[in-house]
Amino acid sequence: MTARTVRGAAGAALATALITGVTACANPSGPARPADSAVVGIATEPESLSPLLGYGKDGNSKIFDGLLTHDADMKLRPALAEALPEVSADGRTYTYRLRQGVKFSDGEPFTAADVEFTYRTILDPATNNASRTELDAVESVTAQGPDRVVFTLKYPYAPFAERTVLPIAPEHVAGKQDVNSGDFTTRPVGTGPYVLTGWSKGEKISFRANPSYWGGEPAVKKFTMAVIKDDDVRATRLRSGELDAAILPPNLAAGFAGDRTRRTFAAKTFDYRDVTLPTHHPVTGDPAVRQALDIAVDRATMVDKLLDGAGKAAHGPVPTDSPWFTPGTERAYDPDRAKRILDDAGWKPAADGVRVKDGVRASFPLWYTTGDKIRQDHALAFASDARKAGVEVTTEAGTWEVIEPRMKTDAVLAGGGSPADPDFDQYPLLTSSLAGDGFNNMARYDNPVVDRALADARRSGDPAVRKTAYDTVQRELVKNPGYVFLTHIDHLYVVNDRWDGPSTQVEPHDHGLGSGPWWNVEHWKPKQP
Amino acid sequence: MNRGLPWGPMARMAGRRTLFAAPVLLLVTFGVFAAAALSPFDPVKAYAGTAGLTASQAELDQLRANLGVDRPFTARWWDWLTSALTGDLGTSAVLRQPVADVITGRLGWSALLACCAFAVALLPATALGVLAARRRGGPLDRVATALAYVLEAAPAFWLGLLAVWLFAVRLGVLPSGGLTDAAADTVTAGQVASHLVLPALVLGLSQMPWFYLYVRQGVADALEEDPVRGARARGLSERRVLLGHGLRSGMLPVLTLIGSRVPELITGALLVETVFSWPGIAAATVQAATSVDFPLLAALTVLATAAVLAGNLLSDLLYGLADPRVGFDG
Repeated sequence: MTARTVRGAAGAALATALITGVTACANPSGPARPADSAVVGIATEPESLSPLLGYGKDGNSKIFDGLLTHDADMKLRPALAEALPEVSADGRTYTYRLRQGVKFSDGEPFTAADVEFTYRTILDPATNNASRTELDAVESVTAQGPDRVVFTLKYPYAPFAERTVLPIAPEHVAGKQDVNSGDFTTRPVGTGPYVLTGWSKGEKISFRANPSYWGGEPAVKKFTMAVIKDDDVRATRLRSGELDAAILPPNLAAGFAGDRTRRTFAAKTFDYRDVTLPTHHPVTGDPAVRQALDIAVDRATMVDKLLDGAGKAAHGPVPTDSPWFTPGTERAYDPDRAKRILDDAGWKPAADGVRVKDGVRASFPLWYTTGDKIRQDHALAFASDARKAGVEVTTEAGTWEVIEPRMKTDAVLAGGGSPADPDFDQYPLLTSSLAGDGFNNMARYDNPVVDRALADARRSGDPAVRKTAYDTVQRELVKNPGYVFLTHIDHLYVVNDRWDGPSTQVEPHDHGLGSGPWWNVEHWKPKQP
Repeated sequence: MNRGLPWGPMARMAGRRTLFAAPVLLLVTFGVFAAAALSPFDPVKAYAGTAGLTASQAELDQLRANLGVDRPFTARWWDWLTSALTGDLGTSAVLRQPVADVITGRLGWSALLACCAFAVALLPATALGVLAARRRGGPLDRVATALAYVLEAAPAFWLGLLAVWLFAVRLGVLPSGGLTDAAADTVTAGQVASHLVLPALVLGLSQMPWFYLYVRQGVADALEEDPVRGARARGLSERRVLLGHGLRSGMLPVLTLIGSRVPELITGALLVETVFSWPGIAAATVQAATSVDFPLLAALTVLATAAVLAGNLLSDLLYGLADPRVGFDG
């Protein structure tokens, strides 16, 4: 290498740097975007955009519509169906009449055959859809003519209509390719308010308004979901004006509290954190210990300190403000009574303060998933509260691969919650026949009264009967808790104040793309200046 | 100093290395399948994602059968290898698209980022290194060397956040992430150029200390050597001495370093790509590994291994060119 080439190279580098610098300055990023374009920051992206593989199964899929959809209060409303379904007297036949004149975004008409195709494909064992269990009740689905679909169920299943919010795929596209890996999984075609324009995995998903949407063309013409895993980066990009909205953890959302150009939304949720009390562990299997732990935890302090107030105490899987909640089942924080319960049951404090009964130390491990700060905080708080009552809880971190084989006897800091119907949560969580089935009923809870109530609740179409059954479940959980429910966690979103329309629904544990203030982005209108 | 390049010996060395690369790559892919089979990660759980946490055991077993993950890894490796040799790299389970599409869609962006970062690291590091070596212990040397140690200790991830804070939030002159503006539909050169500046700068900056310290040491040592003293004694200009002799032999260790920094550039790119939401290959690599996505993982490992082998070949070729005594024996 000669001096001349070195000088030349350095000069070229300098020139390049200057040019890129200049181009960069010429394109300053800022919130100058028109209000018919919205960019939101999300933390996770879906594995696939095919409803046949599980995308959008809980509704709000933007590219697709289900037969039904949810309104702001999570009430079912017709979408591709013309009305709510007719349910037969025995609760086993659901008949949907379909909306007329709906077209897929490629111009092909939507018909009953597409509905039948969608459900049949999902139910096919060769389809790699991990949520197939949710349609377990379906025995058959049949298109009767172009605008009528009939579902026949294996058993009466009251919440079935809630499952029909899942998106309908076009048979003429998805039916002609490999359902598990075909083009349709990344380049979907649907009937929804938006059309996919691009999906750069790990970066963003872009949509444009569907001009021929049956519900009317959305006012927000361009809609982009930027995928940003790191919370700090997401907050930074929101602050720099690149994002119009983002989901944030409480501490970062607090930084936007005084910002007059942005609004903070705290979505109420069914998203709970709980501690499993495995029935097969000598300590947590003792009803006295379960009952004592259930009232020895200080839920109010957890909400204040761990969640910065963005949440509420959980007294069971159902949040206290839900109509399904049973008043009177609130667990008051009562450490003294907890100690009395343990004393009476024969758990006596040893020299180190940890109780012992028949040579068994009141001690058990509690696992939480590595890297999940909220779960870690809850686990440590639970351990500290339990220690005050004389029960030693050793917290351990691990991935699900490490935790899963230990779930039968070790406690786990778990989470869950599904607002659509109490059955969706409570049946898999508490039914003894599902004990240890995958991640269902992790604590292997076994209570015949609860089993019967849950079965009654899912079979009866009468809301009063169902309410009574879920009341029974919640009262049983006070007497014999299989889980200590700690908190229900609010999901926080910060949104630029440029639109009329953003609001939040009650959200589930798993926040997919449909959750967040943009659940109804198709109804947003730019604010008049 | 301009003579024809020794093409013959260079080509022979490249040929020998390529022949040698085939068994290495074969071994590496076999190792990847073996290691993935031993890993604690469950491909079924990874595939199911959050839905796996509510799925029944029967459902998970069905998925396991559909994905065929229970077959011995040797059989899966053989299947992968034979179809890869015919040009079919298989389908990525976790990204749900053909592996070839994953790679073609992302490799270019990663390569662009790595090349720019490399230039950012190498050019100023060389210039600074030479200047610092010229006056060892001088103010420039002391400041630059101290800075180099600080930079060496700073994680690329942290540098990235710092750069975003300064340039995107405080000054508002550069975009903080993505390949293009989040609202943009098309990929234009101008957009990419402005989005490339920060990640390339951060990745380059995180590599710079290594090159700087090597150049500084190499040139300083060279300046102490007899030929340089001789050159000085013969009255050659200082510039001639510094660049002609000092830099030329001082660059020798740097040339080896260039090759050996390739893997580091890949791992460094991983963190930088994450901070800046850069749609490169690094993020896909991690996803492939933690999801035990055999076809994607194997293809990416072959690529990375090939990059390392090519990097080594490149540095040996450069070394041979710079120092004729070394030659091209490989």
